[in-house]
Amino acid sequence: MTAAISTANDLLLGRRSFIRASATVAGGMLISLYLDLPLTAQEAGQAKPQTYPPDAFVHINPDGKIIIQVNRLEFGQGVHTSLPMILADEMDADWSHVVAELAPAADVYRDPVYGIQMVGGSGSIAHSFQQYRELGAKTRAMLIAAAADQWKVRANECRTEASVVRGPGGRSATYADLADAAAHMTVPETVPLKNSGDFRLVGKKTRRLDSRPKCNGSLKFGLDLDLPGMKVALVAHPPTFGASPKSVDDKEARSIPGVADIFEIPTVSKGTAVTVVADKFWTAKQARDLLKIEWDFTGVERADSQQLWTKYKELARTPGNVAVASGDDKAMGGIPATNRIVAEYEFPYLAHSPMEPLNTTIRFDGDRAEVWAGSQFQTFDQAAVAEVLALKPDQVTFHTEMAGGGFGRRAVPDSHVQREAAAIAKRFAGTPVKLVWTREDDVQGGYYRPMHVHRVEIGIGADGLPFAWHHVIVGQSITAGTPFTPMTIKNGVDETAVEGTADTHYEIPNFHVSAHHPTVNVPVLWWRSVGHTHNAFVMETLIDELAARAKVDPIAYRRKLLKADAKKLRGALDVMEAKSAAWRTKLSKGHAVGFACHESFGTGVACAVDVSIENKRPKIHRVTVAVDPGLAVNPLTVESQFQAGVAFGVSQLMAKGAITLKDGRVEQRNFDGYTPPYITDAPVAVDVHIVPSAEKPTGCGEPPVPVISPAVVNALSQLTGKRYRTLPLVSV
Amino acid sequence: METYKLTVNGQPKEVTVNSGTPLLWVLREELKMTGTKYGCGIAACGACTVHLAGVATRSCVVPVSLIGDRPIVTIEGIGQDPVGRLVQDAWVSEDVVQCGYCQSGQIMGAVALLKSTPKPTDANIEESMGGNICRCGTYPRIRQAIKTASRQLK
Repeated sequence: MTAAISTANDLLLGRRSFIRASATVAGGMLISLYLDLPLTAQEAGQAKPQTYPPDAFVHINPDGKIIIQVNRLEFGQGVHTSLPMILADEMDADWSHVVAELAPAADVYRDPVYGIQMVGGSGSIAHSFQQYRELGAKTRAMLIAAAADQWKVRANECRTEASVVRGPGGRSATYADLADAAAHMTVPETVPLKNSGDFRLVGKKTRRLDSRPKCNGSLKFGLDLDLPGMKVALVAHPPTFGASPKSVDDKEARSIPGVADIFEIPTVSKGTAVTVVADKFWTAKQARDLLKIEWDFTGVERADSQQLWTKYKELARTPGNVAVASGDDKAMGGIPATNRIVAEYEFPYLAHSPMEPLNTTIRFDGDRAEVWAGSQFQTFDQAAVAEVLALKPDQVTFHTEMAGGGFGRRAVPDSHVQREAAAIAKRFAGTPVKLVWTREDDVQGGYYRPMHVHRVEIGIGADGLPFAWHHVIVGQSITAGTPFTPMTIKNGVDETAVEGTADTHYEIPNFHVSAHHPTVNVPVLWWRSVGHTHNAFVMETLIDELAARAKVDPIAYRRKLLKADAKKLRGALDVMEAKSAAWRTKLSKGHAVGFACHESFGTGVACAVDVSIENKRPKIHRVTVAVDPGLAVNPLTVESQFQAGVAFGVSQLMAKGAITLKDGRVEQRNFDGYTPPYITDAPVAVDVHIVPSAEKPTGCGEPPVPVISPAVVNALSQLTGKRYRTLPLVSV
Repeated sequence: METYKLTVNGQPKEVTVNSGTPLLWVLREELKMTGTKYGCGIAACGACTVHLAGVATRSCVVPVSLIGDRPIVTIEGIGQDPVGRLVQDAWVSEDVVQCGYCQSGQIMGAVALLKSTPKPTDANIEESMGGNICRCGTYPRIRQAIKTASRQLK
């Protein structure tokens, strides 16, 4: 049925599937991983030009529908719309004919920079912009070639618009008519791309393709999957990571009609869990609640937040492994104590808590398996399932399911959910089994943003600007023990822990940043904007404090301190200042304005917030955000990401916005104890202004998050006279 | 196991389940209507919101045995209601959704609000929608869409 452009679908099967580092770009997750390139080319530093078969990305149906494959997960960030926009624009496809699909796991869908199929580091548009442009342009060239061939005219006599090729003499043919013939045309090696002035979709506010099915209940998320004969599995995880059952009494649980089996499975934390497999979720849930398990904690470290704070604060008093040492290490000595600030910050563990609880469905068929999962790391998750089932990755068909949020939680290097699901499915060959993590499993299940202590000593120069800055960061390494280690850990410093400080855009003449990475028995993970979550808070609250101390306007102070090349931040500050001026000059009584600016993932952001105190909590009335993301592919997505992303960032301030452990057990269970922002906590209105730019696009998923919490507490500081250095914000 | 007669989106349905089974799981697993979402199971997030005799209700904590003859309306059926359709359209025109997982519940909450308060203030919106979590944080656009729908109400 699919006429399609079906050239040989060289999915490059059988290639090696592990990561090799080739090049590293400074700054957290901006890491270049290259896979599968011949060693010699890699060592020569030459990335092999990648070619992608257009037919793996575009199918033109006889009815005119143009189906575009999205090479990564959609979980809210909007790539399911913006990547097809890029391809459709270069292809001159009629946008109303475009249908987007999430691609399964396959080598051809790997991120062109990271070298694995993934979403992270706000890299979707940044990395696939050029790729999708070329794919669209090549497809268009093949359609034109087919038309020219039929009409016996030259290709350059033809033009395209809205899924139609037009040639001399008024001839025209639709893409659907040409698709069969185009499929037999040679894929051009290189194609000219449009001038930006010729874009019809890119740069235009374009509504999401997935809105309607998400508004009428018809869109199926991974959790909604229902396959014939499917069973549902729940897992009783040990209350402390790495523990195992001493005894399991499952007699009552087994008496529930519909329970298929109860058995032990290994956990990634080297412990053992107990799984209940039943006909339905509700059956499995009832049965799991009836399990009587006595746990064995022998040899298992019982992490405890209070003890960790004490230990971390102690560590913070001595320098750790050096991330940056510029200027004179002794410069602090020349600053009198009265001109120094010593600040200690505390940041707790944070859970991502995507609204769709984690889940994965697997059917194991002996020599093959099929997986359905909303995964940010298809390459790793597919390989993990294969390993557990003693298969090769190419024996595992991996469907990418729409996911209800993620924020990093579905980008797990150890694939622990998929490993559990595979271990369970292995016992039910031929039967699909859906593993569901309940909300409790999620809140208590680890893989948190690590807790951190920052200790900063600042020596202020006579000009009121920081002259010496000693900064110690204490927190677990997110990437230690993962395949990312060679790229992210240097000199014992995990870049994802110091990003936003070590690479600050402020000019500080004598700057020393170091880090300690204690090992703690709590799995940790990247949480939307990763290290910037805590580093931006520390930097932007301290800069605000310095400005106040110097009695300088906080925007002017930032401008003075920013490095000359911090163009994106300067531009964002200018736009933010101008766009917020009207409301800032007529603040209501009891309100204050707070500012912050921060660059992450290549995107510069500045914001102003209007805050008052209501019911002893910050009430955020208004936020003005200016953002420089390079070329904004879909300005509507950029606006939405920032409006909502700042609300996500408010998570850090919630009174119940912390995961804590006591004697090895997580103290929160569900949203009653660990509470994300509700509508009342989020900003009432957020106006987003995009700095005009023709530079290459950078990410917008994570950069909204870092600025909001420092901006809010900077406003609070003016209202209360206090400085806020401990998160969450238990009291104002 | 007991048999219950329910009215879902105007259709008579019959299910045979344990009396304690929450309505959420009756909808999702017995009736295969997965538009109503599981988010927390303790009525703390609102993803499972349905209308029970017109009242926005957290279906994850309502056992099927307590429903009686009250009609149930879910996200799959709310578009047949003029206010429901208006709200869904406003959600699309304002490009509210991101991941979309919470939006069934948000929309059901918004429809209930607009039916009782056709011209809601920000305070009304916060009060009525105050128990629905959107982890993506689409709240500013949710407010906007409610106001858009409100303006279009006849």
